[in-house]
Amino acid sequence: MSTQASRTAARLMISPAVILLLGWMIVPLAMTLWFSMQRYNLLMPGMGGFTGFDNYSYFLTDPAFFDAIKNTLVLVLGVLAITTVGGLLLALLLDQPFWGQGIVRVLVIAPFFVMPTVSALVWKNMFMNPVNGVFAHLAKSIGLQPYDFLAQSPLASIVLIVAWQWLPFATLILLTALQSLDSEQLEAAEMDGAGPISRFFYVMLPHLARAITVVILIQTIFLLSTFAEILVTTNGGPGTASTTLTYLVYVQSLLQFDVGSGAAGGIVAVVLANIVAIFLMRMIGKNLEN
Amino acid sequence: MARAVTPRRKALVTVLAWTIGLALFFPILWTVILSFKTEGDAIASPLTVLTTPFTLESYHVVQDRSNYFLHFWNSVVISLGSTLFALVVAIPAAWAMAFVPGPKTKDLLMWMLSTKMMPAVGVLVPIYLLFRDLGLLDSRIGLVVVLMLMNLPIVVWMLYTYFREIPGEILEAARMDGATLKDELIHVLTPMAVPGIASTLLLNVILAWNEAFWTLQLTTSKAAPLTTFIAGYSSPEGLFYAKLSAASTLAIAPILILGWFSQKQLVRGLTFGAVK
Repeated sequence: MSTQASRTAARLMISPAVILLLGWMIVPLAMTLWFSMQRYNLLMPGMGGFTGFDNYSYFLTDPAFFDAIKNTLVLVLGVLAITTVGGLLLALLLDQPFWGQGIVRVLVIAPFFVMPTVSALVWKNMFMNPVNGVFAHLAKSIGLQPYDFLAQSPLASIVLIVAWQWLPFATLILLTALQSLDSEQLEAAEMDGAGPISRFFYVMLPHLARAITVVILIQTIFLLSTFAEILVTTNGGPGTASTTLTYLVYVQSLLQFDVGSGAAGGIVAVVLANIVAIFLMRMIGKNLEN
Repeated sequence: MARAVTPRRKALVTVLAWTIGLALFFPILWTVILSFKTEGDAIASPLTVLTTPFTLESYHVVQDRSNYFLHFWNSVVISLGSTLFALVVAIPAAWAMAFVPGPKTKDLLMWMLSTKMMPAVGVLVPIYLLFRDLGLLDSRIGLVVVLMLMNLPIVVWMLYTYFREIPGEILEAARMDGATLKDELIHVLTPMAVPGIASTLLLNVILAWNEAFWTLQLTTSKAAPLTTFIAGYSSPEGLFYAKLSAASTLAIAPILILGWFSQKQLVRGLTFGAVK
């Protein structure tokens, strides 16, 4: 039973976390909003002043912005497609009985724990390098010309690297959800004459719908912030071929020192992420009801 | 209830699962193998590499030339420090929300979650300028603070889902038996809360160890954790595969081991309790 006294105590216990998060969210976000309406270039200290939405129109009409939006979409959707479909198939496979289940699970989950800079550099050098990489050696051994992955298909190569990191996450979550499926339900469907395909579509998939949605939404949030993999492999290039929105904001504000336009880009990123976040929050909020 | 499976089918699934598992693990395995080769051998073709002798040379070189363990220690301090600070703030908050829920508790939890959805790049500019003005660029304390704030929502949420599962009746029973508030805390609640706190700690150390946005933006050399240190290999001089492999192996080994222990918590923590 909560009394008035315990309510007050509870409030005291919660307030440090709330105050810190408020400070972390509101203060910098307000500053970003403020900078985004200022003429503010670190290389031109004297040139300050309010410019309204100039930074936004500059950022939004920059050809690099369209490339960045396109690349962000390709990266996020590409990785999502590979990881959800691959993760679903892999989860279905790993849910079957076989010898060495524990060990295979450990092998499959491992890439998720590799730090982004390591996985990107390992793929870039040891695998995709056109001279010394494993793929180049394989191509040469069967008489093919080695392919320069990061120069010729930079974005697709990054999608591959990031998908390798996130496939374990999707697999693990879908496997967990699959294992919570009541096996009696499957057996009942089987007795009613449902084949493996209709069992998958009418029993398993509806049960997994929620987990799949969660995988998609959570990965989207993280994928929108992909940064290290681009920085250490292509630096966003060649040209802007692999520049995403996150990377473009970094280039504008910290490499070209245009704080105002970088801040405007940051606000654009926040708005886009919020659209995804609203759906995710609804899903998780429903779970709190029970 | 296990369903009957023919041995042939089980053998087939075994072969398929092991093939895929080994293929996904191969980049990690290959990195570990190359770390024990000389630079010259490391760039040979894969089958040749396997026949060359093992050596610890790269591990010595990495430490001698770049003070590797400074960066390793930075990673330890930053990931553990940010997690411990987050726990200190989050434990009372999650506790209060789980045991004294008010009408606003749910909204509060959802709001905390929403702060996690904010893309880091949205606050990059002010945080960078603030750090520059406060002299916090390339400092461990600065990163501890940022990573603590970044992971605080996850920590609160994970603890909340664990605490919520502690049945309130146990407290009432203890009270009926004449337990004081102090007894309640020390002998009843703490033992039940420790496993949840431990898994939260584990998962957040992993997340902070691998964090590669803020660490890359805010550190360059003396406070650089392993993420930043290893990013330096993106524009190296001369042959470096063996050195990169040795540095990478040391950087991922501890987290792989911790990670394998935390599989269950990972699902729960990263889906904010939506999938258990």
